[in-house]
Amino acid sequence: MPAPKRFSVKRKRVCKFCAEKITYIDFKDGKLLSHFIPERGKILPRRISGACSVHQRQLSEAIKRARHMAILPFVAD
Amino acid sequence: MRNYEVAFIAAPTLAPEELDAFIAQMQAVVEGKNGRVVKVDNWGKKSLAYKIKKFRDGYYVILTVEADGAIIAELERRFRVADYVIRFLSVRIDEDLKRSEKMKIARQRKSGSKPVPAPAPPAGEPEAEPPAAPIA
Repeated sequence: MPAPKRFSVKRKRVCKFCAEKITYIDFKDGKLLSHFIPERGKILPRRISGACSVHQRQLSEAIKRARHMAILPFVAD
Repeated sequence: MRNYEVAFIAAPTLAPEELDAFIAQMQAVVEGKNGRVVKVDNWGKKSLAYKIKKFRDGYYVILTVEADGAIIAELERRFRVADYVIRFLSVRIDEDLKRSEKMKIARQRKSGSKPVPAPAPPAGEPEAEPPAAPIA
């Protein structure tokens, strides 16, 4: 008997930055970056943020720069 | 010459006039060495995400500068010496912007004749090109 077919919900996730045609993620844009840090202040992983590899890399760099400039917290309580 | 974004945070105890004087001084440094200050962005007093040197807020200033490494080094040296500068960061942006432009162009090619609000592509021309040409 064949194993029950597993239906994986294939939702096509599109990178937010690709969709919005953002080609350079600016560290000064705290409002944009704050969408990608959960309460704890960590960087949202790609599997959740849905960002493509190019943008995830840019994003993490931007977040790190923003942290240095106290635009974003390193740890939020 | 390269493009940089030099950001710094000045202590909130600094008087606004003193801050202006300091910014002018930094501009003079850049221009004195054949650099160019493209833009001075003064955000004013803004609260910090965490305490720096026991300050809870500070004046954010971002200078967009066309300069070379020596000028940036000099600016950073001055930031270190000035004790009212509590944080600074200089980022080279020309390569990122170049790449950003490249991505925009590549995307335009992909989307064919679809009008994209970007630095004016010649209308009608993309249609003549085959869509599968991602070499930018």
